[in-house]
Amino acid sequence: MSHELTESLARFFIGGTIVSFFAVLAEMFRPKSFAGLFGAAPSIALATLGLTIASHGSNYAAIEARSMILGAIAFLCYASATTWMLWRYKPPALTATLSLMPIWFGVSFAFWLVVR
Amino acid sequence: MLIGARFSAIKGIKPHEWIIRFVFGGAVCVVAGLVAQHYGPVLGGLFLAFPAIFPASASLVEAHEKQHKARAGFDGTNRGRTVAAIDAYGATIGCIALAGFAAVFWIWLPRTSPWIVFPLATLVWLTVAVGLWLLRKRFFHKPRSASMQKGRSR
Repeated sequence: MSHELTESLARFFIGGTIVSFFAVLAEMFRPKSFAGLFGAAPSIALATLGLTIASHGSNYAAIEARSMILGAIAFLCYASATTWMLWRYKPPALTATLSLMPIWFGVSFAFWLVVR
Repeated sequence: MLIGARFSAIKGIKPHEWIIRFVFGGAVCVVAGLVAQHYGPVLGGLFLAFPAIFPASASLVEAHEKQHKARAGFDGTNRGRTVAAIDAYGATIGCIALAGFAAVFWIWLPRTSPWIVFPLATLVWLTVAVGLWLLRKRFFHKPRSASMQKGRSR
């Protein structure tokens, strides 16, 4: 089995496990505004940064972390827009979250153009 | 009680809901790795803050609230969507903490052992997230009883 495939499988299982763990925390806690904090938990970062450090080193992972700050700002814009839309117009949650996803891609891509 | 945990809520999660979260979370981690591998760490790093479970969790929150109201004999469509909005508001606060987590990694990782940076960043994330939530509760949240009293006194 190639090294890339092994790493991808490790990412998939570690990522799936950590994301599921935070999803359980989100399900358990009350009130819902507090549980929502876990919707923006660093689950993907916790799952993948360790593997990245092991394969590419700390400096490479630090560059990824710098970009992650910009990704988090994009997430903030996206989550704010979703909150507003759900509160104001009350569409189905899946429709709102998926239809506004281009906000995350747009803001992230704009940041990438600036910092690349 | 300000914050509570209900362990019985875990039993309410259906097998397909577990599978959706596991597969989607795992898939996003693989995509983040592949993007970094092909286009470099600057673009790949953005995906570390991808809203991986947010759409699934918001829709599940809505569905659970709707079911809860339906069991009581009400149409919970509007209530479910309102609760999903509240959940999304919590995620908005969580995004600031997520940026704090990433900042710790960015600043400390080249200088310190990952064994120190991982717990430190997680602690910063938790502290910022809970701290901001409590601040919001303290300064911007109007208690229901207070608003009701205000209404009665008019």
